[in-house]
Amino acid sequence: MAEEDSVTIVVFSGELDRALAAFNIANTGASMGMKVNMFFTFWGLAVVSKGSLDRGKKSLPQWMMGLMRRGGAKHLRLSQMDMFGGGRAMMKSLMKQYKMPTLEESISLAREQGVRFLACTTSMALMGLEESDFIDEVDEFVGAATYLLLASNGKVNLFI
Amino acid sequence: MKADETLDCIGLYCPMPIVKTAQKMREMQPGQVLEVLADDKGIKSDMPAWAEKTGNEFLGIEEDGPEIKVYVKKK
Repeated sequence: MAEEDSVTIVVFSGELDRALAAFNIANTGASMGMKVNMFFTFWGLAVVSKGSLDRGKKSLPQWMMGLMRRGGAKHLRLSQMDMFGGGRAMMKSLMKQYKMPTLEESISLAREQGVRFLACTTSMALMGLEESDFIDEVDEFVGAATYLLLASNGKVNLFI
Repeated sequence: MKADETLDCIGLYCPMPIVKTAQKMREMQPGQVLEVLADDKGIKSDMPAWAEKTGNEFLGIEEDGPEIKVYVKKK
């Protein structure tokens, strides 16, 4: 594959503020006509998971991890000043006041703009997550080689 | 400056004015001029950057108090 005008973002973190930054860059890149790939791995899987609390096929530690760090865009905490949800509520209220899109809206917008959502299968195994645990926007379940191929073909690479 | 279309982005912050500009320009014809009204200062640097990247022509900025008018021509 030849070099192309693309942006590849590794979303490693599962916090609201970091996810917002990742999606702002993704949506801007797509608006600038660039191909954007988002590779969700480790805690970042929470950003695009449905946030179900069902045990499913999870082992006890996997289930406990999911209960303590619930996935789903609307459940994410802030990386700082979350204050058991108080800081998060304040941040969401400020964003609304300044007409900034919510994380959920940014995710839909990214999809409308053709951003590719890839989930890391190794992290999924570690956390006991299956394809059905993710929102519909995620349509590719891949490994590090896929990320590296995409990243090496582009000029912009971020790890958030 | 005369424009064929106007896009109101007053009260919106990065990246929404750029995202909306890209969406609006897709509906327009080559040669047409879009006027974007904004009040987030970032647009003064972001719109020329967007135009350079997408190959559209950045025509200029007019400032009237806090209101910023930005003009871009579709290639």
